[in-house]
Amino acid sequence: MARRELRFLLNDEQVALSDIRPDETLLDYLRLTRSLRGTKEGCAEGDCGACTVLVGRLVDGELVYESVNACIRFLGSLDACHVVTVEHLKGSDDALHPVQQAMVDFHGSQCGFCTPGFVMSLYALWMRAPNPSDEAIEKALQGNLCRCTGYEAIMRAARAVSSYGDAGKDALATERSAVAARLAELRDGARVEIGTGKDRLIVPATIDDFAEVLEREPGATIVAGSTDVGLWVTKFMREISPAVFIGGIEELRSMSEKDGIITIGAGVSYSEAHRLLRARIPSLGPLIDRIGGEQVRNMGTIGGNIANGSPIGDTPPPLIVLGATLTLRKGAARRTIALEDFFIDYGKQDRAAGEFIEAVHVPVPDAGTHFSAYKVTKRRDEDITAALGAFSVSVGADGKVAFARIAYGGMAATPKRARAVEAALVGRPWEIATIEAAMEAYRTDFTPISDMRASAEYRMLAAKNLLKRFYLDTTGTTTPITVKRFEAV
Amino acid sequence: MNKHASTGLGAARISGGVATDQKHDSARKHVTGGAVYIDDMPEPAGTLHACLGLSTVAHGTIRSIDLSAVRAASGVVDVITGEDVPGENDISPSGKHDEPVLATGKVEFHGQPIFAVVARTREEARRACRLARIDYDELPALLDIDGLDPGGDRLVTAPLTLQRGDATAAITAAPRHVAGQMRVGGQDHFYLEGHIAMAVPGEDMDVTVFSSTQHPSEVQHMVAHALGVPSHAVTIEVRRMGGGFGGKETQANQFGAVAAIAAKRLGRAVKIRPDRDDDMVATGKRHDFLIDYEVGFDDEGNILGVDFTYGARCGFSSDLSGPVTDRALFHCDNAYFYPAVKARSAPYYTNTVSNTAFRGFGGPQGMMGAERIVDEVAFALGKDPLEIRKRNFYGRNGDEGRDVTPYHQTVEDNVVHRIVEELEASADYKRRRREIEAFNANSGIVKRGIALTPVKFGISFTATHFNQAGALVHVYTDGSVHLNHGGTEMGQGLYVKVAQVVAEEFQIDLDRVKITATTTGKVPNTSATAASSGSDLNGMAARNAARQIKDRLCDFAARKYGLPKDQIKFLPNRVRVGNQEIPFAELIREAYMARVQLSAAGFYKTPKIHWDRDRGAGRPFYYFAYGASCSEVSIDTLTGEYMVERSDILHETGRSLNRAIDLGQIEGGFVQGMGWLTTEELVWDEKGRLRTHAPSTYKIPLASDRPKIFNVALADWAEAHEPTIHRSKAVGEPPFMLAMSVFHALSDAVASVADHRICPRLDAPATPERVLMAVERLRGETGK
Repeated sequence: MARRELRFLLNDEQVALSDIRPDETLLDYLRLTRSLRGTKEGCAEGDCGACTVLVGRLVDGELVYESVNACIRFLGSLDACHVVTVEHLKGSDDALHPVQQAMVDFHGSQCGFCTPGFVMSLYALWMRAPNPSDEAIEKALQGNLCRCTGYEAIMRAARAVSSYGDAGKDALATERSAVAARLAELRDGARVEIGTGKDRLIVPATIDDFAEVLEREPGATIVAGSTDVGLWVTKFMREISPAVFIGGIEELRSMSEKDGIITIGAGVSYSEAHRLLRARIPSLGPLIDRIGGEQVRNMGTIGGNIANGSPIGDTPPPLIVLGATLTLRKGAARRTIALEDFFIDYGKQDRAAGEFIEAVHVPVPDAGTHFSAYKVTKRRDEDITAALGAFSVSVGADGKVAFARIAYGGMAATPKRARAVEAALVGRPWEIATIEAAMEAYRTDFTPISDMRASAEYRMLAAKNLLKRFYLDTTGTTTPITVKRFEAV
Repeated sequence: MNKHASTGLGAARISGGVATDQKHDSARKHVTGGAVYIDDMPEPAGTLHACLGLSTVAHGTIRSIDLSAVRAASGVVDVITGEDVPGENDISPSGKHDEPVLATGKVEFHGQPIFAVVARTREEARRACRLARIDYDELPALLDIDGLDPGGDRLVTAPLTLQRGDATAAITAAPRHVAGQMRVGGQDHFYLEGHIAMAVPGEDMDVTVFSSTQHPSEVQHMVAHALGVPSHAVTIEVRRMGGGFGGKETQANQFGAVAAIAAKRLGRAVKIRPDRDDDMVATGKRHDFLIDYEVGFDDEGNILGVDFTYGARCGFSSDLSGPVTDRALFHCDNAYFYPAVKARSAPYYTNTVSNTAFRGFGGPQGMMGAERIVDEVAFALGKDPLEIRKRNFYGRNGDEGRDVTPYHQTVEDNVVHRIVEELEASADYKRRRREIEAFNANSGIVKRGIALTPVKFGISFTATHFNQAGALVHVYTDGSVHLNHGGTEMGQGLYVKVAQVVAEEFQIDLDRVKITATTTGKVPNTSATAASSGSDLNGMAARNAARQIKDRLCDFAARKYGLPKDQIKFLPNRVRVGNQEIPFAELIREAYMARVQLSAAGFYKTPKIHWDRDRGAGRPFYYFAYGASCSEVSIDTLTGEYMVERSDILHETGRSLNRAIDLGQIEGGFVQGMGWLTTEELVWDEKGRLRTHAPSTYKIPLASDRPKIFNVALADWAEAHEPTIHRSKAVGEPPFMLAMSVFHALSDAVASVADHRICPRLDAPATPERVLMAVERLRGETGK
């Protein structure tokens, strides 16, 4: 029996909504319906962070709070979640929250419009890391734009938060078990179905339920992290009904490793994937750190990054060179294909109506294989790829290239292998002359376009040079081969 | 209100006077989300929402407009076109009548507003907008200024020429000379709060518009013209903006006018808040420039003569392009003395959005030309650019013969020598330059660069009549003070600074002064809060108002207590009258009972300034603000990616009213300037469509882009040369240009690949792509 209302906690209050549209954003709900106007709209595309709120949800029974962009987060994704807005930081007395007091004392606001978003991002950071490094602060703030302060004052405030209070005594910490219990109660295992006709949303209860729903509704819009679908609504005003919200399906959020293969559920967020992948395939860590801002990484999923088929998605090129495969599911039927084969052409993927990506399987490269991926952008963080190169090369005992797999994003209509370049490497000595010769092969593999991110000429040149960077990376030169903000720890 | 420890009656100092570090008056509200921006205000019942329909071609005549589907769309209440403008369909701030509220007959840029939909909800208005069917006869669109001729091609306003001596002869006679061209990109303001206006109709002709504007008086006048009513019928109010940076100096007119027209037509409140993309597409930006230069110099690096042409892409209308391009010329010298100079502006017409004010107002682009010629001279002679900079500074004060600007103003307050000397030492420039050379010699891929650049920025509106301000101060019978002035608060801390001035004047604690929203009903005919002039002008006007009241209080107390006026002294929160001390509030109550007027309108106009544009001579600036910065960068010569390793700044703000606020302006201005010169790139396609119209494609600096080491100091020895408000100096714009050191450090790093023998001639913004391409070019030229 489907439930006809969506239930979540908003600050101190339990909310039950039975009359909502599938494309209704959390931000509009907060500002327009609830008159909670501390949360601002700056861009409506998840890039500026003025709308940052926290969403708490149960992960393996544990309550986890993460910063998210309310502007592209749909209400339909919030079943059994706890939404925390800036208004919730107000204590019982007139005192400010430690994050707020630090921001005031260190002059962290000027025009103030971005400030509630910064406060919420810093709040999430403080709960997770009460004494963060500058690197951690900058990472937590990648998704928050400030045009006034130059950030220096905000950094000072961020470093000082713990001198204003104990994160362990914060309301969200002390009330954690009580809130977790309330959320557990809201999770009744029922599918949620709301609306009729053109305005329908469905929140499947389990992965099997999702498979069933999607078979019945093959034209439905699948919404996981909504970091892409959110923009279809806010920017292009596209209809997404019926929308199927899968962010809460636990089976899709699992990660495991067996026999050297990491299996990532399609609903695993970038942030969650980062934790495991960074440990097992270290060079993916810095790459994932450069996808979106923290809020986007907390929402966006690996499965979504693949499923939307973008030529500038950041995970497909490295996953392709690692030899990843996908499990696609339709109803009860499953099939497995190489990730590389999923991308057919621009806007066209090998996914049938009613079918969905269930998981991606990533072989961990063996010790003898050099693997790396590099992203080139106009701005280092929170920018969309101009060119991204991923490389997997192993060199035989004879010093010759035994195996080479190279793929790029931003260089073609799909994430694409550089087969001619690979061919120019295999069987040849792993030395700079081979690299320089292989650069000629790029013309065969790629004819990039010029757009607002980069010219074709630059894309080509940078793409070639990434091969050189990769080579230098494998040879362990003593001089730096790239600019680094922080030394790896 | 800020919490200030009240200091009581025996205190030696008030709490919150001038020259103290006060927090932004709204800081607590900012962090709690309690600060109310216009979109946060409770809407009057029945408020409607408007959305603009924009042109989809860059240049064309409108053949037909079919808005029937728009009118029929769900929730739509009204559709307004240019024909429906009851008064004059014009919002041109230049008086040239070249900018309609809503285009009729022809469109002149992609994104120009043609109609407005008014609907029950904002979403319905947005959806309906997309249903319009407009057919155009497209005309050739002029999108770029490359190759245009200042003598032949269309200009939006009259150009300016500055001339001193015979530049051509000086360049010809000079032992060496170099000529070149530089492109300097524009910049979107990217205020976090986009444009917004909410108009509430009143009785008769009246309307009140809450507008996110830096220039309430202009919005008032434009709304009045568009409605065809006297200015007295229109009230504009703004408590705060979520950032302005010049982007809300004239650009708010459009939204104010549309909201007001709709509100009066429909008799209901109407709000208009364009989404980010429409805001970026339809409103003006910083002008991009093409600078042609020629410089003559000697073998020591003394500049002997310069010739500049500053071509600017102004867009389809004049807007503020005249004064912006004028100010570019006023800063073609930056801090350098030119023995002979000719500089001319070319404010070109293009079929792009009309460019407008942006922090620095043409000054930054002007200075980029100056710094480029310094670079050219340095590279031609194989010398450190810093040496060339110092050699060519205006003379130290009193050094006659090297103190006259290209516009014939004598520089009387020059402190650039001391600032640069101190910064060079504190930033350890010489040692680091040597270390960088050593590093580069051993590093094949990553190269480092360093640069130290000065800033000298002229303070005053160059249109002399704008240099006036008004304030209104009331003292209530409990001794609390209501403060109002013509300046607007956009985050820069103007309100708290002016309140500090008033608290100081009355000698009462800052929390006794209530800061109130800027409104045309209280202080009329104000100038824009712009040109860094906010505290200079409004601080003076507010002090003037407070002094009038104080004078009356003195007269009253002297009369009442039978004492000479010099026996009346304002002490912290009290007044000494002869041998007794009376609490301030008590004196106020007594004055009220004696029917003393406790309200005053204050006024100020900047002295000494004058400007004869036809002659290109005068004293347009009351004074100059100075600073310098030193930056070090690393670049990756495989991809052009880079990082700012360290920046050191020494800047002077006179005897600062509030160092905490000034520090924030310097840090923020610097990073914003860095964005302009590095990653903020505006890209239009061949159809004239702006392709970078949201933060996903337009990249302003993040926390992780700011200098990794960032040392900012105020020159604490500085004091305004002129009797400004408490001898403080303007701080809004000058620090923006400190970011030139980052640009020149990038150039220095690029130059290292050719052993500093070739001027990299980087264009701005120096995106990773431009950096890499410059590296490639230099390597190609040296065969490396």
